[in-house]
Amino acid sequence: MPHTSASLATKCLTMLVKDLKLELRDKYALNAVLMFGITTLAVVSFSLGQRNLPPHLLGALFWVIMFFSAMSGLAHIFIREEESGTSLALRLAAPPDAVYIGKLLFNLILLSVLTVIITPLFFIFTNAPVSSAIDFIPILILGVLGLCSATTLIAAIIARAAVKGALFAVLSFPIIIPLLLTLVISTQKLFEGSGVGGVMTELQFLLAYMVVMIVGSLMLFKFVWTE
Amino acid sequence: MNKLVVQNLAKRFDSRRVFKDISFELTSGESIAITGPNGSGKSTLVLCLLAQYHPNNGKVSYLYDEKKLSEIEIQQNSGLVSPYLNLYGQLTAEENIKFFTSIRGNNITGSEINNLLKKVGLEGRGNDNVAGYSSGMSQRLKYAVALASKPKFLFLDEPTSNLDDQGKEAIASIIEEVRQNTILIIATNEKEEYSLATHKCQLGN
Repeated sequence: MPHTSASLATKCLTMLVKDLKLELRDKYALNAVLMFGITTLAVVSFSLGQRNLPPHLLGALFWVIMFFSAMSGLAHIFIREEESGTSLALRLAAPPDAVYIGKLLFNLILLSVLTVIITPLFFIFTNAPVSSAIDFIPILILGVLGLCSATTLIAAIIARAAVKGALFAVLSFPIIIPLLLTLVISTQKLFEGSGVGGVMTELQFLLAYMVVMIVGSLMLFKFVWTE
Repeated sequence: MNKLVVQNLAKRFDSRRVFKDISFELTSGESIAITGPNGSGKSTLVLCLLAQYHPNNGKVSYLYDEKKLSEIEIQQNSGLVSPYLNLYGQLTAEENIKFFTSIRGNNITGSEINNLLKKVGLEGRGNDNVAGYSSGMSQRLKYAVALASKPKFLFLDEPTSNLDDQGKEAIASIIEEVRQNTILIIATNEKEEYSLATHKCQLGN
């Protein structure tokens, strides 16, 4: 065939740039995640006043805020294609791998923006131990990667389903719970004063979870994306 | 030489049969009109040919010099124009053309985009958001997007839907221009459209 062949990386990048352009023009997902994250954090902070929460509650609170903020915006990436009727044009033109990776990268950027804004505010508003902030970074990175890899595939599944809301809850629960529990436990240990060395098992689990989710999603996405 | 081979294709949704035993073979320069009453499965057949529906029986093969094309090669070399195909309303016409060409793995220059827009009668409107386009303008843009990748297999479902007389003339001349090197599949009920094709496939018998 006489056509030139672009690499998968180029197609993923094309996909990502398109989604970023669309997001910068309507700002739907960005507004949704930021509004949810900042509002929740502000409400918790006002309720707490000058009181300090114990480490196990701080860890749970942080990841609950991150999880629900992510859920409010990340699923939009596939629903937008279905609702605007552009998914057929995309399926005809783009390889499934490029669609999945492009949208995963978009969600990663979105959740990273949220994390960069929410994390310092969380430390300020809740009086979480700042000494553990540097050690918190690896958990934060793996947590964001894990959340994105899980929610991107779930978003693709629900976008193609008729009963979106109910399916989202049913699918999310078993996939997200192991991730969130590990994130909460590791964050609690860090806030209690154990260094990175004390959460190595959890970090290994988070890394494995992310790899399994991304590889599994790449294998399954084609079947979700086409009929 | 490109070839599209369809063998004993059948599709049903649950217990309702849409079509069965559809077979035909086309090579470059040939075209087929898929006709039939409303609900006879013209669009379903087009989507089966484009691998968007899995047929219940039969198979579709895309060949180039008798060598079967991969999924990526089929994507690179096919185009669809239809009323149920939507482009990105928040992007401009030029951005849509660039995106759909690049994601297929093909290249296009600015002057090629301008030529395409001129050909479909959208000269000077390339930087407008597609959301502001009328249905006829959107249909014209779908031709520009489909033609941007120089498709070897061009699927036209209701090809002149929403077009005015000027648009219909522009599309007719585009079809004449590309038909020598392209396999054309036209799904329509309009006599003047299916008379353009060299073969006919009647559904709903």
